[in-house]
Amino acid sequence: MIDKPDSSPHWHDGRTLGVVMADVCIACIPGLLCYVWFFGPGVLIQCFLALIFALLLEFVALKLRRRDARLFLRDGSAVVTALLFAISISPAAAWWVCLCGIAFAIIIGKHAFGGVGYNIFNPAMAGYVFALFCFPVQMNAWPELSAHGLGAYLGSIFPAAGSAADMLSGATPLNELKTRLEMMDTVSEIKTAPVFGYFGGTGWEWINVTFMLGGFYLLFRGVIKWHIPVAVLAGLFVFSAVLYLYDADTHASPLFHLFSGGTMLCAFFIATDPVTASTTNRGRLIYGVLIGILIGLMRQWGAYPDGVAFAVLLANIFVPLIDLLTRPKVLGEK
Amino acid sequence: MRELHDFPGGLLLEPHKEITDQKMSILHPLPERMFLPLQQHIGQPAEPVVEIGDKVLKGQIIARASGNVSVPVHASTSGTITDIGNYPVPHPTIGKAPCIVLEPDGNDAWFDIQPTEEYDRIEPLRLQELIRDCGIVGLGGAGFPAHVKLMEGVENAVDTLIINGVECEPHITCDDRLIQEKASYVVSGARMIRHAVQARNCVIAVEDDMQLAYDALAGLIDDDLELVKVPTRYPAGGEKQLIRTLTGKDVPSEGLPIHIGIVIHNVATAAAVYRAVTRGEPIVSRYVTVTGKVDNPINLQVLIGTPVKDCLATCGYRPSENNKVIIGGPMMGLRVTSPNMPVIKTTNCIIIEENTPDHPEMPCIRCGDCADVCPEILLPQQLYWFAKTAEFDQAREYRLFDCIECGCCAYVCPSHIPLVHYYRHAKSQIAIEDKHSGEADLARQRFIRKNERSKIESTDRKAGRTGDGVNQKQNTKAEKKAYVQEALARTRAKRQARTARED
Repeated sequence: MIDKPDSSPHWHDGRTLGVVMADVCIACIPGLLCYVWFFGPGVLIQCFLALIFALLLEFVALKLRRRDARLFLRDGSAVVTALLFAISISPAAAWWVCLCGIAFAIIIGKHAFGGVGYNIFNPAMAGYVFALFCFPVQMNAWPELSAHGLGAYLGSIFPAAGSAADMLSGATPLNELKTRLEMMDTVSEIKTAPVFGYFGGTGWEWINVTFMLGGFYLLFRGVIKWHIPVAVLAGLFVFSAVLYLYDADTHASPLFHLFSGGTMLCAFFIATDPVTASTTNRGRLIYGVLIGILIGLMRQWGAYPDGVAFAVLLANIFVPLIDLLTRPKVLGEK
Repeated sequence: MRELHDFPGGLLLEPHKEITDQKMSILHPLPERMFLPLQQHIGQPAEPVVEIGDKVLKGQIIARASGNVSVPVHASTSGTITDIGNYPVPHPTIGKAPCIVLEPDGNDAWFDIQPTEEYDRIEPLRLQELIRDCGIVGLGGAGFPAHVKLMEGVENAVDTLIINGVECEPHITCDDRLIQEKASYVVSGARMIRHAVQARNCVIAVEDDMQLAYDALAGLIDDDLELVKVPTRYPAGGEKQLIRTLTGKDVPSEGLPIHIGIVIHNVATAAAVYRAVTRGEPIVSRYVTVTGKVDNPINLQVLIGTPVKDCLATCGYRPSENNKVIIGGPMMGLRVTSPNMPVIKTTNCIIIEENTPDHPEMPCIRCGDCADVCPEILLPQQLYWFAKTAEFDQAREYRLFDCIECGCCAYVCPSHIPLVHYYRHAKSQIAIEDKHSGEADLARQRFIRKNERSKIESTDRKAGRTGDGVNQKQNTKAEKKAYVQEALARTRAKRQARTARED
């Protein structure tokens, strides 16, 4: 670090990290509201819990690392990590699932690597995968599609000692697809199930649409650029289209894939995390396509119904290499 | 009509040019004292040829050029030399540098200056000499000696001569006003330079928001010169960016415009060339925009060496804690740290701005906004990383030296990282390392030569031993003694020379 200079330029466009992160939070709102519409307020409780855990742990980590806690708490990166994690997990998961995931995200995913700007892996996804390994059942138990009440969620998230969670869990569309395909049903048969909607899963298709709208806001605000979302969606679309054209009976349509599970959240909010993504435009395209294809691969042959978190973490590994190989030619370079 | 091309990156900034671009410039009165830095250009500093107490006349050489990439310094007015020493200078990294201090006598009496014969009969070499003797440097900002660029043009085939009137930084209107008030100087100067370098085409470029300047020029040119308006976008007036805009060609990375047959000079440089040729007049004054939070923002015709505080007083500046004074534009200028900091040949603007709240520097989040606005297609975030971790080889590999320090990257950085500062720091560190490695190379060569010498000596000695061994040994002893004496004398002389230089 060098002395704080009074160096040119003397002007600045006024944007700060806080503004950038606030924009990301604002962009989450339509998706969250839609989520609440279909599944009830569980996701909001998870967001609230995750925020509290994240800010507390961030504060502790900053203190332990002897950093200016007030300054770094205000950068908003912990808030974004908490939100993305909370949206990704099952809204009915118990509070300790949330705590475990957030703890891993903040302490290992972020601060062990040096804090904001230095982490190699997307903290929210690292936390998600950690929670998935620790609590595979809870993480995969999604509530049935209906606007459950606050009480049901509170009972599920804070279960009384000895009593089992009494919320009815249902299959997500991706889950249903996977299990029934294994039972040798054809896609057209599976699609008659009530969890399948117009073009994606019932409810899920609209959640995806609203997260996509939030993504447009981020594009409009210049927080993200088009390269990564377009590449992720294109990668997944082409991958699933090839399989669909090969055999439409055993493979869902590309449109279904685009509007199921966490596709849009991933394309616009998770894969676009600048710290862990490629920074060159060509690199962003490669990185995005890689994620799209990995999601497709994992939905097709993976052990879990969705593969967003694994796809992003795997692609994170390749970022330094992608950046190295896609350095643009400077003006006048031969 | 010339087809215009787009350059990468860049920013649309609030121009603020309307504050001063329609106001007639005024002559700045003589200051009490002026400070004339020996180095107002890129290259070797000039060497003083006057002593304290000397009386000088306006336009008289007071420091001569040393070496080829150097220009002399002239007295800006008549008066007495009162000191030669270190004073504050406008430079991003050097605080103080050698200056000649001149106290005006109030007469502003000219030295005997002579016009040259018609420029179309003057030899390019003679013109080059004249331009150098008149102390002309690139007045657009970099201050590269004009005669060096001219010589490149004379020695190589020149396709296009570009006269750069694209004042792309906000607030600055000194070139705009110069064109409006002295358009004939600019056009004639352009023709002279064109004649000297025998350029096939000559383009005068202004920004599309400089309509008055455009009209002033349009009335004077024939079809021998081309007048072009380029879109207003920062940094459209950067050398490489303007060349790209006008010709679609790119200056090779770490190369020069002449490598693609282009010579580029600033409009003010062209006007200075005109004055030098037709009157023999060296650079003693220039247009400076004084703007921002002053009562009367205006362009001043300021004598070189006039302290900033005098310019500010002329424009009705009331000093305040909340203000900062910047020399140059808001994007590339530097903070004035001393009121006595003088206007030099490359000073185009003085801005008074309100202090903005200081944002702390946060870690880079690799958002890549900086890369999007970089007009050189660099990766600022990578360069920052290499500069910070002192990986200078990598910084160089990522073309640190193609950075023009335009400041676009730092302007958009949400983490408020002073990126340009890091690049300057890295550049100067690399320069120091290069100097050291140069010295190390010399030492290595000396060592190798010494080894070779001693090898030869020892074979000689071996050969000598077959003869009279004793005598040989005594000889060597005597030789050794003489050698030691000689070495001591050399060291002493060197030390004396060094102390003399330091004094």
